[in-house]
Amino acid sequence: MLSKTLAMRWLVVLSVFIGLGFGSSTPAHADEFSDAVQALNADNNTDKAAAIEALSATGDERAATVLSALLNGTLFYRQSDGLVVLSKESGNVTILIDPSTMNEVADVSGSEAKKIRINNKLRGQLKGVLGALTLLSKDADKRQNAADEVFKANDPSMLPVLQKAIARESDPDVKGRMLRAQAAIILEYSEDTAARLKAAQTLGEFTDPDISALLGKIANTSTDPEVKKLAKDMQDSVEGRLAAWSFLGNLFQGVSLGSVLLLAAVGLAITFGVMGVINMAHGEMVMLGAYTTFMVQDVIRTHFPAAFDWSLAIAVPAAFLVTGAVGILVERGIIRWLYGRPLETLLATWGLSLMLQQLIRTLFGPTNQEVGNPSWMSGAIETSTGLVLTYNRIWIIVFSLAVLGMLALVTRKTMFGLQMRAVTQNRAMANSMGIRSGWVDALTFALGSGIAGMAGVALSQIDNVSPNLGQTYIIDSFMVVVFGGVGNLWGTLVGAFSLGIVNKFLEPYAGAVLGKIFVLVGIILFIQKRPRGLFALKGRSVEG
Amino acid sequence: MKKTMKILAGAGAIAASVLTATAAQAADTIKVGVLHSLSGTMAISETTLKDTVLMMIDEQNKKGGLLGKKLEAVVVDPASNWPLFAEKTRELIEKNNVDVIFGCWTSVSRKSVLPVIEELNGMLFYPVQYEGEESSRNVFYTGAAPNQQAIPAVDYLLSKDGGEAKRIVLLGTDYVYPRTTNKILRSYLHSKGIMDADIMENYTPFGHSDWQTIVADVKKFASAGKKTAVVSTINGDANVPFYKELGNQGIKAEDIPVVAFSVGEEELAGLDTKPLVGHLAAWNYFMSVDAPANASFIKTWKTFIKDDKRVTNDPMEATYIGFKMWTQAVEQAGSTDVDAVRQAMYGQTVKNLTGGTAVMNTNHHLSKPVLIGEIQDDGQFDIVWKTDGEVVGDAWSDFLPESAKLTADWTFPWVCGNCEKPLYAAQ
Repeated sequence: MLSKTLAMRWLVVLSVFIGLGFGSSTPAHADEFSDAVQALNADNNTDKAAAIEALSATGDERAATVLSALLNGTLFYRQSDGLVVLSKESGNVTILIDPSTMNEVADVSGSEAKKIRINNKLRGQLKGVLGALTLLSKDADKRQNAADEVFKANDPSMLPVLQKAIARESDPDVKGRMLRAQAAIILEYSEDTAARLKAAQTLGEFTDPDISALLGKIANTSTDPEVKKLAKDMQDSVEGRLAAWSFLGNLFQGVSLGSVLLLAAVGLAITFGVMGVINMAHGEMVMLGAYTTFMVQDVIRTHFPAAFDWSLAIAVPAAFLVTGAVGILVERGIIRWLYGRPLETLLATWGLSLMLQQLIRTLFGPTNQEVGNPSWMSGAIETSTGLVLTYNRIWIIVFSLAVLGMLALVTRKTMFGLQMRAVTQNRAMANSMGIRSGWVDALTFALGSGIAGMAGVALSQIDNVSPNLGQTYIIDSFMVVVFGGVGNLWGTLVGAFSLGIVNKFLEPYAGAVLGKIFVLVGIILFIQKRPRGLFALKGRSVEG
Repeated sequence: MKKTMKILAGAGAIAASVLTATAAQAADTIKVGVLHSLSGTMAISETTLKDTVLMMIDEQNKKGGLLGKKLEAVVVDPASNWPLFAEKTRELIEKNNVDVIFGCWTSVSRKSVLPVIEELNGMLFYPVQYEGEESSRNVFYTGAAPNQQAIPAVDYLLSKDGGEAKRIVLLGTDYVYPRTTNKILRSYLHSKGIMDADIMENYTPFGHSDWQTIVADVKKFASAGKKTAVVSTINGDANVPFYKELGNQGIKAEDIPVVAFSVGEEELAGLDTKPLVGHLAAWNYFMSVDAPANASFIKTWKTFIKDDKRVTNDPMEATYIGFKMWTQAVEQAGSTDVDAVRQAMYGQTVKNLTGGTAVMNTNHHLSKPVLIGEIQDDGQFDIVWKTDGEVVGDAWSDFLPESAKLTADWTFPWVCGNCEKPLYAAQ
C-alpha cells in the first residue's frame, strides 16, 4: 500500500488534471487563481515553493503561463502594492500584464516593477511541475520535454497524469519517454513486486546513465531480493552498452581536439613546414583572426542584428585577408632579410609576437572580448546514452578538414601552388625559369598567415578572445608540424588527429596535466627515432 | 681611458642632480606604488585594479590630498613575471621611496614580494581572495580568506536552499591557491559527513581550453543518483572555455550547480551567459548589490574609465576598502611612516559598498560579509544568500590540524603571524 501522504498528493494531482480538463474559469476559480499567483511574491523560498505547489493545484489553465514566466524571469511585482504581473517585450518597450485578466496593467513604469527571484531549487521544482502541466499539451515537442522533466523529477504524485498521458499518446518516441518516466516511478515507489520487476525490465532496455544510476540505487537499497537481483542484472546490461557509447564519446573528443590542433597547425605547416621559417608570431596571427571575428560581429551587432548568424561566413574571408596582409608586411619587412638564419628569425618573430600582443592590448584593452556563437553553433546533439556531440565542435571538425582540403587544392592544382613547390624544391632552378621567387615567398607566407587567421575565427568559438589567445596554441602547433613531418600536409593531418586522440584517451586515466606531459615525452622519444617526423619530405628546410 | 672616466663622472653628476631634484619634488607629494601586471597573462585582471587605484588617488586629490600633500601614483609593470614582482617592489621602495604599495593578484606573485617587503619594512595592500595560511607584518589582506568565501559557499551547497548536495567535485587550476583551498575544503567536507568516495578532485593547467573530457566526467560522476555540485577554483582564462563547454553539453544549474571563487563580473564580460543562468559565485561584493554607496562607486568608475560598459568587481571593492583605510590611518597617525600607519590600521573601519562595515583586525585580515550570487542572463549576479553579519577573516584555517594551532596577531602580547604562544607572554 502507498503511504497516506502519497495518496494525498495523488489526489491533489488528480484534481489538477480534472481541472485541466474541465477548468473553465468560473469567477470563484479566478479568485483562487489570483490569490495563488499573488502568493508567488513571497519573502522566502520556502513560501515560494508552497505557492508554486498551490498554483499548480488550482488546475487553472493559466497557471502554466505564469509558472513558465517565473522560470524564465519574466514575472515581476509592482513595488507599491506588490501586484504580480507578467512582462512582455513588445518592440523596444516592456509591457506589464495582469495574469488573471490578461489585460495590460496601466500606470506601471518599468522601473517600478521588480523581478520575482528564484533559485536553483525552485527552478528544478518549476520544471517538474511544468512538466506535469504540459504532459497533455498539443505540441509533441513540449510533451517530449515534459516527459523528460517528469522522469528527472521522479515524483510519485505525477503518476496519474503520466498514466493518462500515456493512454493518449500517439507519438512512439514521446510514448517511450513517458513509459520510461512511469517505470522509474513504479520501480522506486511502488510496493507491488510484479509491477516493479516489469518496470526494471522496461528500464533495462534504455541506454542511459541516469537509468543505470537509478537501477544501481535500487540494487543497493531494495529489501525485495527478487527486485534487487533483477535491478543488478539490468544495471550491468545498461552499463555494458554505456561503455561502448563512452568509447565513442572519447573518440569524438579526440577527433575534436585533433581538429583544433590541425587548424592551429596547418598555417604553420606552410610558413614553417614549407618555407622553413621558425615563425613564433604564428599564434598572434591566430589571435588577429579572432579579433577580426570580434570586429565583424561588432559591426553586425550594431548595424545588421538580423544577420548575426552569418557573421562567421563574413569573418572567415575577412580574417584571411587581414592576417594575409599582415603576413605580407611581415615577410617583406622582416623575414626576407633573415632567410637562412634560423636563430635570428626565431628571435625576431618572437619579438614581433610580443609587439602584436601589446598592440592589441593597447587597442582593445586587456579584457576578454565577447564573440558570440551563431545559433547553428550553439547547443548539442544530445542522445539519451550520455553521448553529447556539441555543434561547435562538429562544425570545427568540418571546417578544419575543409581548410586542409582547400589548401591541398591550392598547392596541387593552381599555378601559384606549382610555383610555390618549385621554389621550395630548387630556388635557383625556379629563378632561372622566370619565377619571381621573392614574391612567391611573400605570397606563401601570406597564405600561411591567412590560414592562421581563419583558424582564429574557429578558435574564437571555443576559447576566449584575449591578447594571449595565440600563446596557448604556438607550442601545440609546432608539436604537430614536427611530429607529422616538416613540409607535409598529410603528415600534419595525421599528426594532429593522432595527438588529439591519444591525448583524450590518456586524460581520463592520467588527468589533464600528466596526460599532456606523457604526450610530450612520447613525441620527444619518437623524434629521437625518426627526426623527420611521421612523413619526411624533401624541401628547403631539409636542405638547409 | 681618462676621457671615458671623465664622461662617466660627468654623467654621474648629472644623474645625481636629477635624483636630488626628484627627491626635492618628492617632499611635496606622498607616493603610492602600484604593482599590478599591465602585460602578460594576468594583465586581463590586474589592469583594472591599477585603474582603480589611480581613480582613488584622483578622488583623494580632489578632496585636497592627504596631510596637506598631493598623492602621486608610481605605476610599474611586473609583466606577470613572478620574480620581477620582487625586483619591482625593491625599485618602488628603494628608488622611488613610495610610502605604500597596492598590488599583486596571484598568490605566487605575493609570495615573491614577501621577503623584499619584509626586509625593507614596506607596506603592501593585497586585494584578492586567496588561500590564507599566511600573515605578514608588512601586508594587509583586504580580499577574502577561505573562511570568508570557500567555506560559506560549501555551506550553501549543502543547505536546503542550495540543493542539499551529497557529492562534490573540486575543479581547479594547478597551483597553490586551488590546491590549498581544496585541502581545506576536503577536510571541511569530511567534518560534514561527505567522505572521499563522494569527492572528485581534478586539476588542469593554466589556460586549459579543452574541457570536453572533464565536463563529461563530471556528468558521469553526477549520475550516481546523489545530488552533485561543483566547486570551481579554476582561475583566469580557462574559465571561458569551461563555461562554454558546460553550456553546450547542457549542464543546467538546477542539475549540477557550479560555484566559482574566481569568476566575477569581469570574467563574465567575455561570455554569453544565457546558458549559465543559475550557476553560482561566492564573493564579498557584487556589482548588482542595491546600495547607494555602490551606485555612486559604479558611477565614479564609469566616468573615470570613460566607458559605460565596464563592470565593477570584488577585488575592486577590496582595493577601495584598503585605500580608504590607509588614508584614514595616515590621517590618524599624522604621518606616512610605515610603523605608525600600521599601528593606526588596527580597528580601522570603512563602510562596505554593499552595506555594513569592514573592520581591519589585528591578524591583518578584514571582517567582511559573504554573498552568494546566481549568474543572470545579463552577466550580472542575483544575490541568493548572504551571511547575517560580517565574518572575521582567518589567517590560519581551523580545518587543517597543523594550522588550527597557529595564531596571527600583530599586537601586544602576540606580535606574531604564526605562533602557538604569544612572543611577550607574561612569565
